[in-house]
Amino acid sequence: MSQWIPVTSPAPLQDGQRRALRRIAALMVPPSEEHGVPGAADEAIFADIVGSLGRDADAVRTALHRLDELAGGPFADCADDAQRAAALLLREGDAALTAVLVAVVVRCYYRDDRVMRSLGMELRPPYPKGFEVEQGDWSLLEPVRARGRVYREVP
Amino acid sequence: MAEAVDVLIIGAGASGAAVAWSLADTRMRILCLEQGDWVKSSEYPSNGRDWEERQFGDFSTSPNRRRNAADYPIDDSDSPIKVVNFNGVGGGTILYAGHFPRMHPSDFRVRTLDGVADDWPVDYAMLEPYFALNDRMMGIASLAGDPAYPPKEAVLPPLPLGRTGTTLGRAMNRLGWHWWAADSAMATRDYEGRARCINLGHCIAGCAQGAKASTDLTYWPHAIRQRVELRTRCRVREITVNEHGMAAGAVYYDGEGVEHFQPAEVVILACNGVGTPRILLNSVSGRFPNGLANTSGLVGKNLMFHPYSSIRGYFDEPLDGYRGPHIGTWSQQFYETDRSRGFVRGYTYQFVRGQGPVLTAMTGMASGPIPWGEGHHAAYRQLFDRSAGMVAICEDLPEQHNTVTLHPQLKDANGIPAPKITYRLSENSQRMLEHSIARGVEILQAAGARDIVTEAPLPNAGWHLMGTARMGTDPGRSVVNSWGRSHDVKNLFIVDGSIFVTSGGVNPTATIQALALHVADSIKQRLANLFD
Repeated sequence: MSQWIPVTSPAPLQDGQRRALRRIAALMVPPSEEHGVPGAADEAIFADIVGSLGRDADAVRTALHRLDELAGGPFADCADDAQRAAALLLREGDAALTAVLVAVVVRCYYRDDRVMRSLGMELRPPYPKGFEVEQGDWSLLEPVRARGRVYREVP
Repeated sequence: MAEAVDVLIIGAGASGAAVAWSLADTRMRILCLEQGDWVKSSEYPSNGRDWEERQFGDFSTSPNRRRNAADYPIDDSDSPIKVVNFNGVGGGTILYAGHFPRMHPSDFRVRTLDGVADDWPVDYAMLEPYFALNDRMMGIASLAGDPAYPPKEAVLPPLPLGRTGTTLGRAMNRLGWHWWAADSAMATRDYEGRARCINLGHCIAGCAQGAKASTDLTYWPHAIRQRVELRTRCRVREITVNEHGMAAGAVYYDGEGVEHFQPAEVVILACNGVGTPRILLNSVSGRFPNGLANTSGLVGKNLMFHPYSSIRGYFDEPLDGYRGPHIGTWSQQFYETDRSRGFVRGYTYQFVRGQGPVLTAMTGMASGPIPWGEGHHAAYRQLFDRSAGMVAICEDLPEQHNTVTLHPQLKDANGIPAPKITYRLSENSQRMLEHSIARGVEILQAAGARDIVTEAPLPNAGWHLMGTARMGTDPGRSVVNSWGRSHDVKNLFIVDGSIFVTSGGVNPTATIQALALHVADSIKQRLANLFD
């Protein structure tokens, strides 16, 4: 029998896995002086990433293991060129694992105060203030109204 | 043993809530068992800065990812479309987008009109009063006069058109194609205890404002005031039958895993297109060795999703972005059959606003416009707040090889066999998806979009679960009759999406609830001879 157990807290990453993930985060989203933003390997952002893996922890471990295979050894200990080459191979060869790494990185990067501020966003959740959306002009529908019925009558 | 109730409803979602409220005025003793719990509005993601992340976590639409205590596993590995749902008071209405179209008159007559599938044993005219009642109970925002429908009342003003709706509406006008304000389950002004929509923009992870018409906020408070009992964290394993072949009640597990039996005079299933056949197939007895109410062999057969396509592009000017309900306008230009298109039946376009900062990055990096490394930030800023597009909701025709069965090994936390989905996309659906992408690209090009990205079928979009206990007049070809009563078990009713004969090309909640109200009225009208 295969019994389904609701989700539990994931085990923490090992040191080599943390270093590999941080390197991937750096390759993915570097800092930018022009835009005044840190990179995803920034200490605070990376701590958020590691602490927020949640349901993706196992898939992240799988992706990091695959990177080790592609790098021909521990990805975290490889030279920069070898890391870039392995990351490129992963992106070209495994969209699903790449998507997991992208997700865990950008979910935390794009909620950092410094990044939000650079995008012109208020540092708050949507509720309770909400947002304004233009009401618009429903007279745009006049041509649709003028063309008349489009549903089919039934016998 | 527990005291018997007059009516036992299983499932507190869209249909369970509606049928409970409607039956409440009979003063019968009504009990609803719900495997999930109430969700507090303060728990919804849009209360926090992690609002986007949590839609991939405890408020994910996928039960297999969410894995909350209320969830059960669904093996959908043999389907290109994965099941999404929510288990709790309100059911799927907790996480739905609130797009609230009715099915059309032609949807109930597909055999007569197009020579495919089967006609329904009910029609639009018969259901129209229930659609209207449900619109008032749910507080539906719309704009009267939509030429894609027979005349209907607008209960609340429409959602804001916004920059997105204006941009896409102008494009539709240039093409000469139908579009209109979408019927939406968002309260656009304060309504029946619900605060008006303030454009939180995160409707599909639950509405913290309480503006969205989830049934925990609409039907249930009314039903509970009328003394309907709603018992949460109660997962039903099976419905038992007595020596007369009538439903005797349900065996369920409470939140602590303790098994109970709840006897009932009438049992109503409201667990939708996967949950309902799962319970029926798990309800095996000497009289019903292949599952309860399954003499026809059709329980779990004819599963219909709505295959979705997605067409999204990017614009030079900022649009609404993540602000406002995701949907706002729709098109039914390609809804009715035109055989020159290469398929029968049709689809609805649901125009969508933009994405939050995280989703902008995820989709932009997956589809290409946002690179890794150098150039990431500049490319991101070209896309953020500048995307819009549409999804097409394609009608899915019933096919017996698309099924919900019981998994031979996989079980939930209570040891109840889990459902397994087997589904193949039909040739007709494939052509429809291709058509929807081609026309969608035309729309976005007419609107001035660049970097148009398309996808079909959307894998994680099995929102709509229909057809697995279909209604009909012939007991050999259907599971329930025209008023939701099992052909086999005369005190067993089904009121959810599983009784759909065909799927239409629209979100099903309005029709599910209209059917539930119709079944409830039918029960009330026949109380003296309900089991004849």
